[in-house]
Amino acid sequence: MSDRRRYRAWIITLLSLLLLLAASLMLGLCIGETTVSPAEVIRCLMSNDPDDTPAYVMRHLRLSRVLLGGAVGGVLGLAGVILQGIFRNPLVEPYTLGISGGASVGVSLAIVFSLRTVWEGLALPLAGFAGALATVFLVYGLGTRRGEMRVERLLLTGVMVSFISSSIVMLLMATTSNMNLQGIIFWIMGSLNETDETLTRLLMITSLASLALTYPYAPALNATRLGMEPAAQLGVNTTRVVKALFLIASLLTGVCVSVVGLIGFVGLIIPRLAHVLVGSDFRVLLPASFLGGASFLVLSDIVARSVIAPLELPIGVITGIVGGTIFIAIAGIGKTRVSS
Amino acid sequence: MNPENAIEINNLRCGYGGRDVLDIPRLEVPARSFVAVIGPNGSGKTTLARVISGVIPRRAGSIRINGREDSSLTRRARARALAVVNQNLEVGQITVEEYVLMGRIPHRPPVRFFETSAEVAIARENTRLTGIDAARHRPMNQLSGGERQLAAIARALTQETGILLLDEPTAHLDIAHQVRILDLARRLNREKGITVLLIIHDLNLASSYCDHLVLLDHGAPRFTGSPAEVLTADHVESVYGARVSILPGPYPGRPLVIPLGDR
Repeated sequence: MSDRRRYRAWIITLLSLLLLLAASLMLGLCIGETTVSPAEVIRCLMSNDPDDTPAYVMRHLRLSRVLLGGAVGGVLGLAGVILQGIFRNPLVEPYTLGISGGASVGVSLAIVFSLRTVWEGLALPLAGFAGALATVFLVYGLGTRRGEMRVERLLLTGVMVSFISSSIVMLLMATTSNMNLQGIIFWIMGSLNETDETLTRLLMITSLASLALTYPYAPALNATRLGMEPAAQLGVNTTRVVKALFLIASLLTGVCVSVVGLIGFVGLIIPRLAHVLVGSDFRVLLPASFLGGASFLVLSDIVARSVIAPLELPIGVITGIVGGTIFIAIAGIGKTRVSS
Repeated sequence: MNPENAIEINNLRCGYGGRDVLDIPRLEVPARSFVAVIGPNGSGKTTLARVISGVIPRRAGSIRINGREDSSLTRRARARALAVVNQNLEVGQITVEEYVLMGRIPHRPPVRFFETSAEVAIARENTRLTGIDAARHRPMNQLSGGERQLAAIARALTQETGILLLDEPTAHLDIAHQVRILDLARRLNREKGITVLLIIHDLNLASSYCDHLVLLDHGAPRFTGSPAEVLTADHVESVYGARVSILPGPYPGRPLVIPLGDR
């Protein structure tokens, strides 16, 4: 039957994306200050010798970094496709909803008030997460009335909160010392250079959990492709689905943003690409966006740290330039397809 | 309460933003009947469809579906009792087959990911019945308006409900498609015993196809009864404010309404 053929196509696509991710991760491990062969990478990963410096660098620095990239990219891609689904709008991404804005305000405040000296490495992520959390509940509270979620209201509130927070960040930047200013700019540009392995591990668990938590909603998301009211007429509890997915997607984004800073465009571009690749069925769209986002961020990070090595470009710059270009290219493809 | 009623409304008031659009003391749709709701623009026809399908809240009153108070029905149970075909169908890149299969959603456990071959067979039966089987692999957004309505009816039938609520299924369609869709609705009503509640603008189609008409005026049923009882020149002029002439028409008891302009 045609159904079986469709499922087979899905499995092949997902396996290919999984291979792409594996290849990206391996490439990320090979390329660095000293570029090594995949065989050497595997030797280093297996090594238990504490005096083996290359192996130590591989296991504790490079591995941590590529895994962080994969984890964050996966969450951003997944959050993007979910939010675009519930808002039925291809321009929505996790950052449109003010989540990144809130995190920036949190981090900027932490830098300006020198909280960094108090808790060392955890201060900025915690401040960022507090900011993101505050925004999520603010946007959610303003976008909900009498238990009913107003999707348009939520979107408008998110965009406005974004503007307000970026103004607050600019205000802080304008009034603080040069050193703090640099710290804020550095954070805003985003980086996967996180040395705390516990945070990396936490993000990996968060990332996998995000897929496990949202996948059960795939059938309900499929029904909302008809519109919220028709989905409700098919017995789907649309209010509950939208609320749950909004909260899950934005909180997960908040966790990522607070650790790696603002890495834009992944949540916008990856869902588009996944749509072109697998169609609009969320049963395959969710894992495809997750895997695609993970690969995209790992590859972007490789570019970011090899173009002007040993210096690094901010990864947000790469995802923005590459992502924006791909987005325009896909928009072009979409147009020709409609007219043909 | 009459258990023979598929839909029964008592003292219903509902609307948007503090304003009541509907105020219905009583409205019955007997089981296995074919009832049309007619009325001017803004008289509350679509609001009636939305409140019966449970997607807008109400301020007062009760709705019974198959004799059961609808507040005691879960969303899924309601979707197994009553299927809705909406006026505006905004469906993207999904194929007709996928779309029709969505009719099985209320029968599935909420978290089941793949459709069974039994479900595919039910969907297939209904694409055949509605005559769009040949288009089943085409994307919905490439269908004509008429084909899309037929697909929507196939999806509603796949819900396997006893009640079918059609909101303006013939709007913007040519005569051939109007007849095709209403013939199908009548056949479903007669052969399968499905209760059909048809919300429709066209008085003559309502008169030709339905046994019982409800003429809504400012949110309340003003006249109800057979086409001949409801569609009199006095009634139509008093509700619509337009001068009309009533002609006997080709079928007995089913008059035709001709608008009279200024001459």
